[in-house]
Amino acid sequence: MTRTQLAGGVFLTFLPAKKFKTSLLSAQFVVPLRWETASANALFSAILRRGTAAYPDMGALSARLDQLYGARFDVTVRKKGESQCVGFVASLIDDSFAPGGERLLEPAAALLGELICRPVTRDGLFLEEYFDSEKTNLVDAIRSILNDKRSYADSRLLQEMCTGEPYGVPRLGNEQIAAALYPQMVYDAYRELISASRLEIFYSGSAEQSRVEDALRAALADLPRKDIPALPEFAAHVLPEEPRIVTERLDVTQGKLGMGFFCGSGDAAALLLGNTLFGGSSNSKLFLNVREKLSLCYYASSLFHRQKGLITVSSGIEFENYQKAYDEILAQLEAVQKGQLEDWELEAARSTLLNAYASMGDSQGKLENFYLGQAATGRDETPEELAEQVRAVTSERIFDAMSTVKLDTVYFLQGKEAEA
Amino acid sequence: MNPVQYERLGETVYCETLPNGLELRVIPKPDHAKKYAFFATRYGGMDTRFQLSGRWLDTPAGIAHYLEHKMFDTKEGNALQELAKNGAEPNAFTSNAMTGYYFDSTDHFDENLEILLSFVSVPWFTDESVAKEQGIIGQEIRMIEDNPDWQIYVRMLRALYSVSTARTSIAGTVESISHITAETLYDCHKAFYTPSNMILTVVGNVDPVKVSDLARRVLPKEGGPAVPRDYGQEPETVAERETRLAMEVSSPQFLTGYKCRPVPEGEDRLRAMILGDLACDLLFGESSPLYQRLYGQGLINSSFGGDFELMPGVAYLYAGGESKEPRAVAEELQKEADRLVRQGVEEDFFQRALRASFGSSLRGLNSFESIAVSLTEGYFGGYDPFRFPQVFDAVTQKDVLDFLQENVTADRAVLSEIVPKEA
Repeated sequence: MTRTQLAGGVFLTFLPAKKFKTSLLSAQFVVPLRWETASANALFSAILRRGTAAYPDMGALSARLDQLYGARFDVTVRKKGESQCVGFVASLIDDSFAPGGERLLEPAAALLGELICRPVTRDGLFLEEYFDSEKTNLVDAIRSILNDKRSYADSRLLQEMCTGEPYGVPRLGNEQIAAALYPQMVYDAYRELISASRLEIFYSGSAEQSRVEDALRAALADLPRKDIPALPEFAAHVLPEEPRIVTERLDVTQGKLGMGFFCGSGDAAALLLGNTLFGGSSNSKLFLNVREKLSLCYYASSLFHRQKGLITVSSGIEFENYQKAYDEILAQLEAVQKGQLEDWELEAARSTLLNAYASMGDSQGKLENFYLGQAATGRDETPEELAEQVRAVTSERIFDAMSTVKLDTVYFLQGKEAEA
Repeated sequence: MNPVQYERLGETVYCETLPNGLELRVIPKPDHAKKYAFFATRYGGMDTRFQLSGRWLDTPAGIAHYLEHKMFDTKEGNALQELAKNGAEPNAFTSNAMTGYYFDSTDHFDENLEILLSFVSVPWFTDESVAKEQGIIGQEIRMIEDNPDWQIYVRMLRALYSVSTARTSIAGTVESISHITAETLYDCHKAFYTPSNMILTVVGNVDPVKVSDLARRVLPKEGGPAVPRDYGQEPETVAERETRLAMEVSSPQFLTGYKCRPVPEGEDRLRAMILGDLACDLLFGESSPLYQRLYGQGLINSSFGGDFELMPGVAYLYAGGESKEPRAVAEELQKEADRLVRQGVEEDFFQRALRASFGSSLRGLNSFESIAVSLTEGYFGGYDPFRFPQVFDAVTQKDVLDFLQENVTADRAVLSEIVPKEA
């Protein structure tokens, strides 16, 4: 892996590999995640995907992609720490498998540049019909988070827990803000983003670095560049005096219990292992006790938010088992904090993490996602270096770090018939 | 073992049938750190009625999936934990026609493979452990029942099929699984988990001979008899034309399904899958005139999509997503199919669709899991999935239009809808 600067605020992370059938090319703008801008950024990314000066509508654009053997150009809007990353991830078959022996990297890079720099415009704005239909789609997409009750509950917990902090902002913003977007504002947001935010590019495939750089320089020759401000520091999270309890009712058959914890320790490697022991694998205390021993649920797992120092628990239960599940989750956290572990548990958790780091290089998508997260949060460790940190963690460090983990917010989604 | 080279795919597959009847496939990937094993039985949610030792058994809906959960229990404890201790990431799934157990790991591969092969071939159930699973699977069923994507799909299948067990929910219901006992689980294991009904696929940096030796050493020496199954005599007509359910969702969703002609086992199946996919692309793929028109009119959004599926004795094509006017979209889809059959498409569009479809088949080979699953489906369906470039070479526009004419007709269509609950 190498990371080089191609132009002002434009970086290429080059991940050479000959073992895949495809090449991956990704261009991601990294900006602070804010309520004010999140929806506008999501909206113009979708508008850009509708057409370019050379391929002005979906028909022309998808015909071009078909010619490139079904190349995929996906619009992505991701949250990485307190940054929003918007752009395109392209996946195309590697040149070595093109039946006609064609070169596909150069035309794909050129199309990427087209999508970013040369949208179809009329009177200095995006086409009205593209604006209107993508705005409707964005509002629908935000509303449809409700359809997957697990993601909905996970997202509601973070919003409640991080109210007033960028980390509580969902990647697409919210419905009210999206509905209020108007054309000039969104076009301005687009111009501002492409000229004054950092652009991170990722390539994984069989081509030489110089060829990739040449193709990208040519493709991005028109990219406007101004001074790029540094990303802001992380907002500090404040633990409430008493845990906050939020309950919501919807017409569902299964209840969702989410619990958010704040980690006082900065020992990320120890917290990562501690979380894996607690609820981060199919060997964890939550899986073995809440699911296997007490049969309370099908899923109960925890996630460590490394960039923000939080742990969140997600589970689906019968409504009337709320207290039982709540007590058991806290009891299992306490067990980790007190070091009530069998010998194998720690080594199992450690090898689960090491396996994940070791196999990351086998997936282009995982590599891109990992290095984007690193770039967006100002980190530069490789998966190998993170694996080394995990190897070095002692059980004492885990107990110390986990004993700073405190309950912050509880979110419970229950059914309507439960109303008394 | 026999190496088969696929030059156009840059792959080599080592194949062997062991004396106990087990099929073995090994795909060496010397440049990858990850090693992946997939052990599957030809037994899934559809196989509820079958013959064992000369008598027909009717088993509860959801039993193959229940068995999958319980297979991880061993006399000594639990195989999930044994594998996870070695850093392996084990899991399993049950589909309509297969149950697959798998893990990937970077270290201790041989040890992990031995654990996988033994826990899947040696059952260990007690009444108590079977009863305990009711709570866990009960919650899994509750979870999917709240999921509109699942509801709309299963309800479409029930509208398409009146008899075939394709209409049976893979996980069953809270009621149906309450009838499952340790004894029925043992019966099902005995019938379907014999080496001659199974296939093992390993992808990664491994030595094919070592894998073969290990499988010979660990697995039972004898295969079992073939098990006759009864999926039901499905009539050609659909069961009901429309079905609709109100749920807590943000906007209406729909799927329109077409009951297609079943496809016999053999390379016909691979060809049918490729024709079915191409038919979807020409009819409603992102490059199609219909998609662009409906998207531009705001009748569909990027959630719109569909596919062609084959299961034992049945085949269907479906399309759908969120829409404010499901009925209008379903009607447009039918009109467009009729138009394509009448007028055909420009040869240029057809050639582009071929290219794109080929590229997407090739892309699938990046994933170890999709390699293993497609080799497994191919074995159970009597074809070699890695022959797709040759099949693509021979497909013409007329083949695809004939497919549409035979299968995508108004009398074969059903509509499944989910609408938001009134507040």
